[in-house]
Amino acid sequence: MESFTFRHTTQKPLAGTKAQAITGVVASGNLEVLLERVLPADQCTIEIATPVVGYGDVWEAVAADFVARTQPGGLRIAINDGGARPDTVSLRLAQGARLMEGGR
Amino acid sequence: MTDWRKQRTARDERIAAGRAHASGKVVRHEAVVELLEAVLRPGDRVCLEGDNQKQADCLARGLGACDPGKVHDLHMVQSGIVLPEHLDVFETGIARRLDYSYSGPQGARIAKMLYGGQIELGAVHTYLELFARYFIDLTPNVALIAGVSADRAGNLYTGPNTEDTPTVVEATAFKNGVVIAQVNQIVDTVPRVDIPGDRIDFVVEADKPFYVEPLFTRDPAAVTETQILMAMMAIKGIYAEYGIRRLNHGIGFGTAAIELLLPTFAEKLGLKGKIATNWALNPHPTLIPAIESGFVEQVHCFGSEVGMDRYIAARPDIFFTGADGSLRSNRAFCQTAGLYACDLFIGSTLQIDLQGHSSTVTTNRVAGFGGAPNMGSDPHGRRHPSDTWMKAGREAGGTGDPALRRGRKLVVQLVETFGDGLVPAFVEHLDALELAKKIGLELAPVMVYADDVTHIVTEEGIANLLLCRDADEREQAIRGVAGYTEVGRGRDRAKVEALRARGIVRRPEDLGIEPLDADRSLLAARSIKDLVHWSGGLYEPPARFRNW
Amino acid sequence: MSLSWYEASARQRVAALLDAGSFEEFVGPEQRAMSPHLPLFDLPRAFDDGIVVGRGRLDGRAVYLAAQEGRFMGGAFGEVHGAKLVGLLRAALTETPDAVLILFDTGGVRLQEANAGETAIAETMRAIADLRRAGIPVVGLVGGRAGCFGGGGLIAGTCSRLAVSEGGRISVSGPEVIETNKGAEEFDSKDRALVWRTMGGKHRRLTGGADVFCDDTVAAFRAAALDLVGRAPAFDLATLEAEQARLEARIARFGDCRDATAIWARLGVNDPAGVPALSAADFDGLVAGLEGTTHDAR
Repeated sequence: MESFTFRHTTQKPLAGTKAQAITGVVASGNLEVLLERVLPADQCTIEIATPVVGYGDVWEAVAADFVARTQPGGLRIAINDGGARPDTVSLRLAQGARLMEGGR
Repeated sequence: MTDWRKQRTARDERIAAGRAHASGKVVRHEAVVELLEAVLRPGDRVCLEGDNQKQADCLARGLGACDPGKVHDLHMVQSGIVLPEHLDVFETGIARRLDYSYSGPQGARIAKMLYGGQIELGAVHTYLELFARYFIDLTPNVALIAGVSADRAGNLYTGPNTEDTPTVVEATAFKNGVVIAQVNQIVDTVPRVDIPGDRIDFVVEADKPFYVEPLFTRDPAAVTETQILMAMMAIKGIYAEYGIRRLNHGIGFGTAAIELLLPTFAEKLGLKGKIATNWALNPHPTLIPAIESGFVEQVHCFGSEVGMDRYIAARPDIFFTGADGSLRSNRAFCQTAGLYACDLFIGSTLQIDLQGHSSTVTTNRVAGFGGAPNMGSDPHGRRHPSDTWMKAGREAGGTGDPALRRGRKLVVQLVETFGDGLVPAFVEHLDALELAKKIGLELAPVMVYADDVTHIVTEEGIANLLLCRDADEREQAIRGVAGYTEVGRGRDRAKVEALRARGIVRRPEDLGIEPLDADRSLLAARSIKDLVHWSGGLYEPPARFRNW
Repeated sequence: MSLSWYEASARQRVAALLDAGSFEEFVGPEQRAMSPHLPLFDLPRAFDDGIVVGRGRLDGRAVYLAAQEGRFMGGAFGEVHGAKLVGLLRAALTETPDAVLILFDTGGVRLQEANAGETAIAETMRAIADLRRAGIPVVGLVGGRAGCFGGGGLIAGTCSRLAVSEGGRISVSGPEVIETNKGAEEFDSKDRALVWRTMGGKHRRLTGGADVFCDDTVAAFRAAALDLVGRAPAFDLATLEAEQARLEARIARFGDCRDATAIWARLGVNDPAGVPALSAADFDGLVAGLEGTTHDAR
C-alpha cells in the first residue's frame, strides 16, 4: 500500500452546504471518495490510499487538475483506491464534488 | 514438346491416391490421416482453413497426426492461426513456412517459435492481401476447409459462417489444387449450395461439429462509464458532424458502447436515419437494439456470430441471407466493402505513438492484423464521392488545385488512455519496432499507419488530425488527448489550448457533453438478457454469456 | 428505465428502497471503521468495510436494515463488517422496529479475516433467531452480483422470508468451490446457464427456498419487501417441524434428479427448458399453477 496527502489552497469555497458525501466503491479498477466539509473555506486536502505503488506523480497531477477546475474549498477528501485509472479518479472526484454542491 | 498440363496431371494423381480412402467423395473421419498422407506432397502450399471464427479442426487434428516422414515442409497459407494444432505442425516438421493474417490467442506462441526459428515466416498480411496473394503467388496446392453439411456429390453448405471458404476454394479448385472439406454431416440435399460440388474433391464427415469462437459478443454489463463517455463524444463529435452512414466498427467495448447508445443518446440528438445506417460488420449482438429501433438499414457480414442465427434469419431486410433463410457471410467481399464502400472505420488499439501510428503487438506477442488495416486505411483507388468523404478531404487540405482534391476515409482510433493494469496506450515508441528488431521482421507490424488515422478519441477528448498542418501540431494534438500518461503529461499546455481554440482538440464540454452524464442508464441494453429481450427471444447467447 | 438492483451499489439500493430521505446510517463512513486486517495483506480498505447499516422507513413503517456491497471484497464478511451487522440486529431487538431487512450481496467469509467472519455468521444467525422469536420479521433480499453464498447462504436460511431476482443466487458452496472439489464434470462453473438454473432465483423460488421472485429493479424489491414483511410466519416449534417435514419430503421427491430441469418437470412444469427465459410476470403465473411451492415452513 502507498499513501499520499496533497494540500491545496483554493480561491473559493465549494458551493453548497452538504456536510458529507461518499461515492464509488472500492473494487478492481474503481475507488471510493469520501468528502467532508470540515476545513477552512480556502483549504482542501486530498488523502489517498492505494495498493498500486509508483504512481505518486500521476495522483499529484490528477489532484491538482481537480482542485484547479473545481475549487473545492473547505473539503477534506479521502480516497480508498482499488487500482483505478486516472480518468476514473477524475470522474469520481467530479461526482463527489457535485454531490457536495447539492446535486442537480 | 512442352508439357502444359503438369499441374493437372499431378492433381489427378493426388485425387486418385485419395480415392483409395474414400467412397466416392466421402471419407470417414477415421480415415483422415490416410487421406491426407495420400494427397499431400512435401513442400505443398496448404490452406488449413483457420478463419477468424470457424475452424476446420477435424482436419487440423488429422494433419497434426500425419507421419512427418511422409508429409513435411509444408508451406501454410491461411488467414487465422487460432488452434494449438495450427502451430503443432511446425514443431513436428510437418510444416516449415507460414504466411498468415491473424493469430489472436496464439500470438505469444508464434512470437516464441519465430524467435526460436521453428517457423520460417513469409509475412503477416491483412486479410485482403493474403486473399489477393492466393491468386498470384500463394495459390494453395491443397485446401482443407470446413462447412456445416455436404451431399455426396460434394455440394457444400457452409452455414452462416461462410467466411473465407469461397475465396480459398476459388483459388485452389481453379488452379489444379485439391479441396477437402470437413462437414458436420453428410445429407441428401444441402439447405443451399454455397460451393458447387465440382469444386470439392473430398468430403470428410467430422467426429464433432467444427469449432466457432464467439468473438464478437460483448456483454453490455461490462461497458464502463468511461467507454460511454467516449461513445457519446464519437457520436456527437464525429458521426453527427460528418453524417456518417456507411461504416465498420471494431470489436472492442468502446464501439459496443456506441452501438448501444444509438437508440438512446443518438436518437435524442435526432440522428436516426442520418448516421449508422449501412454497415460492414459481423452480426454483433450489441447492434440488436439499434436494428430493432430502426437505425440500421442493412448489414453485410464477414462471418456470423454464435447465437445470432435465428435473429438474422428473422431479419432478411437487414442481413444478407440465402434462399434457405440463413445468413450468407463472405470475408473477402465484406473486407472489400469495408475498404471501399465505408466512409468510416473506428476501432481501438493497444499503443499509439506521437505521430499516430498504432499497433496491437507487444514485445512478446505477434497477434497479426486481421481486417483492421484494410478497413482502417484510406483507399487511394476510391472514386465515388460522398458528403462525409468530401468533407474529410476538405479538412485534410493540401496543396494543388482544389478541384482535383480527393476525399478522405475517416479512420478513428477509440482508445482509453490507460489499458488494463494501468498500461499507457500512448507511448513514445511502439513495442512493434522492438519486436521487429528482435525477430528480424523487415516491416514492423503496424496496425494503422499515422497517415491513415484521422481522429483519436479518448476519455479526455477528440483530436482531429486532419486539421493539423505540421508534425508539431499533430504531436501536440495527440498529447492533448493522452490524459495522464507520460505522453499526455508531457504536453505543451499553451499549444494544446491553441489547438483547442481551432477545434483540433475538443473536450467533452466543447461538444456540450457533461462527463457526469456518462451513465450506464444511457445504454439501450445493460446485459445480455436485455439483448435477448430486444431480439424478441430470437438471440440465443452461448451459455458462458448467460446469467439466468 | 428503473434502477437495476443488480447494478446499484449498496448505498443506492438503500436510498431507493426506503421512503425518500428517511435513512439514518449507523457507524457511517466518516467514522472510518475499517478492517484492521486488510492492510497486513496489502489490500485496500473501505470506509464502511463493505456494509451499510442503519434505520429508516418503508412505506411509513420503521425498519432496521443492512446492505452489503458485493463489489468490495465480494461482499464478504470480515470482522468490522460482521460486527456492524450483528450490532444492528441486537439493537433492533431492543428498539423493536416493525421489521429488519438484510440486503444480501456476499460470497461468504473474507479469507483474510476468516475467524472473525465465521464468528459473525454464527452470531448473526443467533441474533436473527432472537428477533424472530420476539415477533420481528427479518426479510432477506437477494439480487446482487455477488449473490448470497457461503455463510450468507446460511444466514439467508434463517430469515423469515426471502425475495430473490434473476441475478441473485443462493447457495452455501459456490460454483467454483464445487468445481474445485468435485471436478468440472460434476459442476462446470463456467457454464453460467447451469449455475443459474441450479442456484438462481427461479430455482430457489420453485423449490421453496425463496418466497418471492421479482424483477431486477429497486421498485420490485421494495414491493416484495413490503409484501413479505406483512406475512412473516411464526417462529415456533410447529414452524420448525413443518420445515423439517418439508425438507424431508423434498429430498425424497427430487433426490435422484440430475439437473434442475428434471426437478421442474417433476414439479409439473410443462416446458422446463423454457423456464429460464420467462419474465417475472410469466414466471409468477407458472408458480401459481404449481402445488407446494408456497409454504409457511422455515
